[in-house]
Amino acid sequence: MAYTADKPVLAESSDQLRARIPGWGVDLDPKDRPSVPRERFDPNLSGAHWDFPERQPEKRPRERSIEHEFLTPVFGTSCPPKGVSGMMRKHAYTLSEGRAAHWLILVAADRVDALGSHLRSFLTLHPDDPITESGVLSEISHHGMASRVGKKRADLAHQPLDPIIAVGPWVVAGGVVYVGLKGLLRAVTRAGRD
Amino acid sequence: MRAMVYRGPWKIRVEEKDVPPIEHPNDAIVRVTLAAICGSDLHLYHGMMPDTRVGMTFGHEFIGVVEEVGPSVQNLKRGDRVMVPFNVFCGSCFFCARGLYSNCHNVNPNATAVGGIYGYSHTCGGYDGGQAEFVRVPFADVGPSLIPEWMDDEDAVLLTDALATGYFGAQLGDIIEGDVVVVFGAGPVGLFAAKSAWLMGAGRVIVIDHLEYRLEKARTFAHAETYNFTEHDDVVVHMKKITEHLGADVAIDAVGAEADGNFVQHLTSVKLKLQGGSPVALNWAIDSVRKGGTVSVMGAYGPMFSAVKFGDAFNKGLTLRMNQCPVKRQWPRLFEHVRNGYLKPSDIVTHRIPLEHIAEGYYIFSAKLDDCIKPLIVPNAG
Ligand SMILES: NC(=O)c1ccc[n+]([C@@H]2O[C@H](COP(=O)([O-])OP(=O)(O)OC[C@H]3O[C@@H](n4cnc5c(N)ncnc54)[C@H](O)[C@@H]3O)[C@@H](O)[C@H]2O)c1
Ligand SMILES: [Zn+2]
Ligand SMILES: [Zn+2]
Repeated sequence: MAYTADKPVLAESSDQLRARIPGWGVDLDPKDRPSVPRERFDPNLSGAHWDFPERQPEKRPRERSIEHEFLTPVFGTSCPPKGVSGMMRKHAYTLSEGRAAHWLILVAADRVDALGSHLRSFLTLHPDDPITESGVLSEISHHGMASRVGKKRADLAHQPLDPIIAVGPWVVAGGVVYVGLKGLLRAVTRAGRD
Repeated sequence: MRAMVYRGPWKIRVEEKDVPPIEHPNDAIVRVTLAAICGSDLHLYHGMMPDTRVGMTFGHEFIGVVEEVGPSVQNLKRGDRVMVPFNVFCGSCFFCARGLYSNCHNVNPNATAVGGIYGYSHTCGGYDGGQAEFVRVPFADVGPSLIPEWMDDEDAVLLTDALATGYFGAQLGDIIEGDVVVVFGAGPVGLFAAKSAWLMGAGRVIVIDHLEYRLEKARTFAHAETYNFTEHDDVVVHMKKITEHLGADVAIDAVGAEADGNFVQHLTSVKLKLQGGSPVALNWAIDSVRKGGTVSVMGAYGPMFSAVKFGDAFNKGLTLRMNQCPVKRQWPRLFEHVRNGYLKPSDIVTHRIPLEHIAEGYYIFSAKLDDCIKPLIVPNAG
């Protein structure tokens, strides 16, 4: 088709579509669509019966973005920062959300947190278990092969990397434990010799 | 109580945790009867979202029964069956007063760039989520709604995120009668966006993915015309060919941060976490839409930078629209559509997994095994 002013003709007319597709066009009028216009001032709509909410007690110091004037009146209480990763997180929160370092430090803290948690779990009655926690047995129970073989899937190129990322921390943790045990053994034998 | 707990990238387990207490007078504690795993949970599961801490319970798509309410709660009482929007929001701040519930300013101390979301890292407020037997629901007078008598639980749970978001994605496209709409991604969000585009009068709805079983669902469930991008050298050129070389009027990115189709983009974001997300689908959307067209972004991206083709969007004079979905604002109209049978969200549910087996649920949904489209999580109480 030459580049002209016309809108290309559709294969089906509106009447045909209305007949074929249940509900076609019921929200043709933007007035029937929710959240149109995007902003509509109506402070009574939400059910809130306060101008500013009561404040949730801050039972332990809560980290916050320095772009906020104060700690928000309500906040989540999951997983307070702890250990080395906690120190990194607290440092990240001294930088604004506008700074790449804020996010990069948080991501690094996430990795430190995961590794430290794996290591600590080995000292508990509930050590991390790569088999059950990864869910990898569903490869067998939920047709891992059939879901992939002969399929034109774009994700097959990188899926082999997943186990490396998933198991990597165990390998590192195992290495740390191995080196530690070796050092301990050496110290004990040396002490025995002396 | 039993709760899903994050242990690091690609690793989760179910642990014994304390039942969450009332922390604020307008809190409720909800006993979860049904939850779901969302595509957004995969970004956490893969360790892409900054400040995702080991020990957190995920889950932002859930329904349940009110177990306990704080002293200032007026609209709910013990025993009420409720559906809870994935947004935590106060109802009274500058943004909530204008209907921007997903952008609430009073619930997320960790970041001003995003509102509060259940079970979605500290960057979204540090709230434990609903893939557990119990969950704390702040602002109980504002967020939850009673589940209507006539509504199925599986429809209700999908209204708390996936359906509301898919519809919202189509809505942000500002579709007018006869528009050509292309949806990237045939996951729950993309399927619902495609289906909703017809309600707004689209003249042609095209869905693109690389998973044949999902494209099949897009044809049957969403009446869409579909293409597998792995079958085309260059999906952007293909899109031009099938639209008289003009491009679609509206493009919807329902893929987000983990997009496939470009190994380097995927590697640098999902595996190496050097980008906020892999914007492959977003870039395809920008390049496939016609000049002056609209790109609606429902796929989620992290707070860090992503290699987006901004210059093309600029030179084409595109309108870019996006947000986390303000779920509760969508509900009244969507309830009507579900009741009238125009939308049947539970049609896309493929797996119902006990909470104790949630690690397998994540694995199956993440690796896209067993023709998985939408996995639901059933806690012991469910
Ligand atoms: N804005 C919001 O409020 C909101 C709410 C819910 C979900 N989301 C986001 O929406 C996105 C989709 O969620 P979902 O639950 O449907 O997830 P999903 O993982 O089930 O679906 C994503 C689909 O995209 C496909 N895909 C991958 N790369 C593609 C590409 N380059 N082109 C086309 N398709 C491609 C995948 O094969 C998959 O079918 C996620 O990023 C999620 O975080 C946003
Ligand atoms: Zn979600
Ligand atoms: Zn608010």
